[in-house]
Amino acid sequence: MAGVLVFTELKDGKLKKASREALSIGRKLAEAAGGDLVAFATDAAAAEEAGRYGAKKLYVAAAGDYSTEPYTAALTQVVKDVQPSVLLFAGTSNGRDLAPRVAARLNVGVASDVDRLEWTDGKLRARRPVYSGKAFATVDVTGTPAIATTRPNAFPVEEAGGGAAEVVNVSAATDNRVKLVEMKTPEAGELTIAEADIIVAGGRGLKEATNFSYVRDLAHAIGGAVGASRAVVDAGWIDHQHQVGQTGRVVSPNVYIAAGVSGAIQHLAGMSSSKHIIAINKDPEAPIFRVADLGVVGDLFQILPALTEEVKKAKAH
Amino acid sequence: MNSVVCISHVPDTESRIKIAAGNKVDETGLKFIVSPYDEFALEEAIRLKEKSGGDVTVLTFGPERAQQALREALARGGTKAMHVKGESADADSLGIAKVLAAAIKSIPHDVVFFGKQGVGTDNGLVGPMVAELLGYPQVNVVTHLEVGDGKLTAHREIEGAEEVLEAALPAIVTAQKGLNEPRYSSLKGIMAAKKIAIDTKSIADLGLDENDILKQRVVVVSLELPAEKTGGKKIDGADAAAAAQAIVNYIKNEAKAL
Ligand SMILES: Cc1cc2nc3c(=O)[nH]c(=O)nc-3n(C[C@H](O)[C@H](O)[C@H](O)COP(=O)(O)OP(=O)(O)OC[C@H]3O[C@@H](n4cnc5c(N)ncnc54)[C@H](O)[C@@H]3O)c2cc1C
Ligand SMILES: Nc1ncnc2c1ncn2[C@@H]1O[C@H](COP(=O)(O)O)[C@@H](O)[C@H]1O
Repeated sequence: MAGVLVFTELKDGKLKKASREALSIGRKLAEAAGGDLVAFATDAAAAEEAGRYGAKKLYVAAAGDYSTEPYTAALTQVVKDVQPSVLLFAGTSNGRDLAPRVAARLNVGVASDVDRLEWTDGKLRARRPVYSGKAFATVDVTGTPAIATTRPNAFPVEEAGGGAAEVVNVSAATDNRVKLVEMKTPEAGELTIAEADIIVAGGRGLKEATNFSYVRDLAHAIGGAVGASRAVVDAGWIDHQHQVGQTGRVVSPNVYIAAGVSGAIQHLAGMSSSKHIIAINKDPEAPIFRVADLGVVGDLFQILPALTEEVKKAKAH
Repeated sequence: MNSVVCISHVPDTESRIKIAAGNKVDETGLKFIVSPYDEFALEEAIRLKEKSGGDVTVLTFGPERAQQALREALARGGTKAMHVKGESADADSLGIAKVLAAAIKSIPHDVVFFGKQGVGTDNGLVGPMVAELLGYPQVNVVTHLEVGDGKLTAHREIEGAEEVLEAALPAIVTAQKGLNEPRYSSLKGIMAAKKIAIDTKSIADLGLDENDILKQRVVVVSLELPAEKTGGKKIDGADAAAAAQAIVNYIKNEAKAL
């Protein structure tokens, strides 16, 4: 019983960024806890990349596209074989679907959506935002394995420079009571707020749905995702996938630009852990300024187009 | 078609969180509500009942006050209620899941609904854990649902896309915003709800060992408030071009992102 096992996912043949983050922190935990870093994937194509992040072995189950039941069976089998001290999942949709299912099968707990992890006193210690970031809980995960899901963007990606991980094939169960009928990609190509490094968010200050183009144009120029307050989601100006806040996504990008968002407590809860916050609001008393690192008091209809132009110029250099 | 809706009773999203002894949230003066995602779960179950008949049993594990959440859920259209009494705040997600799974076994059901996450715990763990304990298929983060003969069809939200999935019944569904528009309780509903008796149980009544339920596998060693942000620099944006320049400089120099 030792080491760290990380559940990884591929997109277009490459490890997802969130998976690379989980591998990077997983390697540090393995160094502290003793034992190897190993990974699980459903495609041997991940072997070289996983190795670069320090994984010695890659357990591969040919279980096809993600589905809860076959993945639970395959991953629990690997846990039984490897007996890791720690099992990590990146907090993607699939990671969050799978972690609790595997944990319940193994009769252990999960620290969910953690933004700090360390191995201390022979235990996995994690920090997790609760009440959407209004408080932070530090928890000890006592099960074997100790399971955690990592918050996207909270851990740096760091290569370790190892050779390709040794591929170990494991059998994949095929029992499944859930069938994929169709995959809908309504916003193909659009960056999602969960994983974006930069988010440009718009609120009711945009006045009407068509004015979301001001926010989209800037997001496009800067290479970021489009976020929104609940007020504009409820008004139907934009889909709820974009909602940031206590009943939307909790995000922590490098840069968060809020335009025409007042900064209600439920909105702040979803974005105040962003690393650099820029707010544009015409009301100098707007609560968003309390969390902004750079606040601009002014008219978004003037400032956003000017900013989009400046960004394009900066990018052209 | 019978359903069970698992409802957690959580501090209002407006609440300012204060911390009490024992690494817990100070509950004095806090207003508690039905967890927002559980409202979508409840609404979907009520619509299912209105379409195909059957019962909607609302279920909670929690202290005395959690009964208010059940009363509210009955007032909106739940037909039966079960309250498992206990300090749910002392249990971790797996402990809570074990209680709910045992309770669900005693209630007729085809679909079991959860919120995609409890607002406050922000875990998103209990639904899939119950699915595993009961051996049921699960569909998480659902934005559209149709329940038919022996199976359901659900849209599951994933990063930038949606899967359309078919699952055999009985199954677990966790509700995402967008699934429906929850109704408010009417005066008539509130009056009707008062006539419904809440089935109250203890952990022991469910044949469970309280020590196992309250044994924390995830132990909170400290609970802290984030460092108060004082707000950074504020500039006048009357000159849009100058403001834009200042923002770009900030993104370049501080965030190193351009
Ligand atoms: C249970 C519950 C859950 C909630 N969950 C969420 C959530 O997850 N996310 C969320 O965002 N909200 C949430 N809310 C709603 C929240 O309370 C606020 O109502 C909402 O965030 C307000 O959105 P807004 O900032 O876009 O609108 P407003 O509060 O109306 O603010 C608009 C802002 O735009 C500014 N403005 C107007 N014109 C201009 C201009 N020309 N230039 C610059 N600035 C301008 C105004 O000064 C104002 O500050 C929740 C509420 C409840 C009760
Ligand atoms: N004590 C509880 N009683 C009833 N249902 C609960 C309880 N705790 C959590 N749930 C359900 O599980 C969902 C997910 O909660 P969580 O895993 O805490 O984020 C909630 O939206 C509820 O549907």
